[in-house]
Amino acid sequence: MSEIIELSSADQQDAKRLDTSLQFLSFTLGQEEYGVDILRVQEIRSWEPVSRIPNVPSYEKGVVNLRGAIVPIIDLRERFQLGHSDYSPLTVVVVLQARMADKTRIIGVVVDSVSDVVDVNKKSIQSAPNFGAKVSTEFINGLVSVSGRMVMLLDVDKLLKLDGLDGEDES
Amino acid sequence: MSIDMAQFHQVFFEESFEGLDAMESGLLNLDLGDVNAEDINTIFRAAHSIKGGSGTFGFTSVSDFTHVMETLLDEMRDGRRKITQPAVDVLLGSVDCLRDMLQSIQNGSEVDQSDVAEHKFALDNELNNAAQSSSAGKHTPEALASNSAAALPADESKQIAGWVIAFSPHLHLLKTGNEPVRMFRELASLGHLTTTVDLQGVPDLYDLDPEECHLSWKLSVLGDIPETEIDEIFDWVEDDCDLAKQPIYQTPTEAPPLHSAPDVAINPAANCVSKDVSPELTSAEESESNSLERKSGKKEDAKAAPKGSSSIRVDTSKIDTLINMVGELVITQSMLSLLGEHFELNKLDQLKNGLSQLERHTRELQESVMNIRMLPISFVFSRFPRLAHDISSKLGKKIELKLVGENTEVDKTVVELLSDPLVHLVRNSLDHGIEMPDVRLAAGKPETGTVTLEAYHRGGNIVIEVADDGKGLDKDKLRAKAIEKGLIDADAILSDKQTYELIFMPGFSTAEKLTDISGRGVGMDVVRRNIQALGGNIEILSELGKGSTISIHLPLTLAILDGQSIAVGDETYILPLGSIIESLHVKEDRLNRVAGKGETFLLRGQYLPIIRMHQIFNVLTAKTTKLTEGLIVVVEGQGLRCGLFVDDLLGQQQVVIKSLEANYRRIEGVSGATILGDGSVALILDIPGLVRLANQ
Repeated sequence: MSEIIELSSADQQDAKRLDTSLQFLSFTLGQEEYGVDILRVQEIRSWEPVSRIPNVPSYEKGVVNLRGAIVPIIDLRERFQLGHSDYSPLTVVVVLQARMADKTRIIGVVVDSVSDVVDVNKKSIQSAPNFGAKVSTEFINGLVSVSGRMVMLLDVDKLLKLDGLDGEDES
Repeated sequence: MSIDMAQFHQVFFEESFEGLDAMESGLLNLDLGDVNAEDINTIFRAAHSIKGGSGTFGFTSVSDFTHVMETLLDEMRDGRRKITQPAVDVLLGSVDCLRDMLQSIQNGSEVDQSDVAEHKFALDNELNNAAQSSSAGKHTPEALASNSAAALPADESKQIAGWVIAFSPHLHLLKTGNEPVRMFRELASLGHLTTTVDLQGVPDLYDLDPEECHLSWKLSVLGDIPETEIDEIFDWVEDDCDLAKQPIYQTPTEAPPLHSAPDVAINPAANCVSKDVSPELTSAEESESNSLERKSGKKEDAKAAPKGSSSIRVDTSKIDTLINMVGELVITQSMLSLLGEHFELNKLDQLKNGLSQLERHTRELQESVMNIRMLPISFVFSRFPRLAHDISSKLGKKIELKLVGENTEVDKTVVELLSDPLVHLVRNSLDHGIEMPDVRLAAGKPETGTVTLEAYHRGGNIVIEVADDGKGLDKDKLRAKAIEKGLIDADAILSDKQTYELIFMPGFSTAEKLTDISGRGVGMDVVRRNIQALGGNIEILSELGKGSTISIHLPLTLAILDGQSIAVGDETYILPLGSIIESLHVKEDRLNRVAGKGETFLLRGQYLPIIRMHQIFNVLTAKTTKLTEGLIVVVEGQGLRCGLFVDDLLGQQQVVIKSLEANYRRIEGVSGATILGDGSVALILDIPGLVRLANQ
């Protein structure tokens, strides 16, 4: 099933690439607004208790059972050092697909709330400013202005790589 | 109608590899003194189907190569040639070469042409020998010709500018599954092809049977093409058509009579073709490599056969069982839903009955599904006779290899991952274990050494033993070596078992001199790591002068595990049941501290270290941190024993192992995860990992 999804989303993506506009799902973390490529979003779920994983950074919340697959849940607020927030039934988990070395990995990210689906003209995407070592912007693909607000576009694949969720570098 | 041939490639490769295995075992079983015709036939058939298949799929290099083998085998089969040990060795080498070629093609990588050429040369040599020794008369030129131009005089092959072929298929050609268009396409790949079709035989539309072939063709192929390649293409239809072929030579006078129009075209075209072909290509082998490159290039473009797609061959009876089971499950389900529609309390018994039936069927279904993944271990064992044959002839040792329990079934993944470690172990036994014949005789042992490979089930495990009656391990030598290498202290006290286990330490090799067969100092530690990665363990028993036995214990399947759930605070973990020895409450006076920190407890005279689960996993909600209030679970892993301090034992259950790495990464101390009855995830603990974690 996941394979089919992957294929079709890849196809669509190729088709999109020819197009000039991209669609992003935008969500908020504290005061900041972020966006991810909507073709990478598998589903949006409400927060549910996770099984903790021992001896990992605090932003790796644990794993949940997503229809038989064991999926890690990462708190993006903590990941980006935006402080901790309490989870409520309104807290949202966005389930993302990331591609890594031919494999599709599924990962859930905790965000404050999902706001919108925005159409973004490719040309209006600005590259992320370089803050040097002070602020890590590696997983930010670009910035875009949506009705006056700045939305940071996340690179899902890089996000995963930075989190060391790549099994290969462990062995 | 075009069929995507790539979809059949996987099947072709599988069958070819099976065929190669059959050839290999057939060759090894050949009794040179008294050859059984059926044995040769088996080998021949395998070669023939590989040739046919590879021809169909356009792997010309493979079919050419097999053709030479086949010629050799054919002569053996007809008794025109004596079967000699060198010939068998050449054939065995060719089987290896062919396997390499097929693997390269399967992976879409380059075929090692030099290797292929070398083996082909050996085969050719063997063929020529026969031609000289046995006066097979008419066969000789044929055998020579089939040497695919490698032995063909270069000047002669150069003179040929092409071929004219009159091809008149019989009516039933199409019914035999042959497609002229495909053959023409093959021809076209050899050189410039001109076809002229003769429509005279075609009846009126009214009388036409579309399944009959009424056409005949005049074909001309231009290029420096050896006759064998042409023969190859028409190989399958020889009996179903009238075929005449004539070479075209450079001089126009010798050009065979043809329709005038194409005739004019031939010679300029011939020149142009010969210009196209780069001048370095003088031998057929090189041009073959060229065509192969073209092929592999095409393949990469098309991204045809997916690499390493795995499939499994299942016994039909297993599938039948499965279908029966599903049938029963459906019946139970319909019974239950009927019951649910008009449920009254007095039907409670029926409901309970139905539910227990459902449970039984589910369990049976699960078992039979797991069974599908089970393969007999002979898949791994079957390669060892060859290994033993090669090594014993190389070293001049006399070795008998015994295989016991080849039909023991193991999970497919285990079978695949087991083969490398086993090869290593068997090689070690053959190379280091078994002594030379004279040494053996002097030691009062039979001249022929025995290596036994045995597999059997014990409990939920499969046990594989590699035993030899060779020289055994020398404890003192092992010890001295380990001290020399700084692996143990000079005054360390080791039990026999611990001494033997030294050979599993990284960088440990007792062989005084390295051979190219085994003993490069890496190895046994890798073997142990691989086995442990499969969730198994490896043990060694040895007696100096009598031999050694290495036994591998592996779980039957990797997917299901008998687990014991334990509670630590509000978290639940699963311990593999097999690793638990006992669980107990400890009393204060049994507890000790080592160097003020490490905690131990006394169990029947043994001091065991205590690992506090809540500490190493940072569980803040633990019910108690006092050792006397919780529970100590004594566990064993990799020969290490320790006590795990947990809050409570919950229950035993079979759990389905899910990989954490699929979406996440490896976590120290955790071997996987599973989903509990309530849908939540529980981690499965890995004892050796926990020990490492605790030691950090």
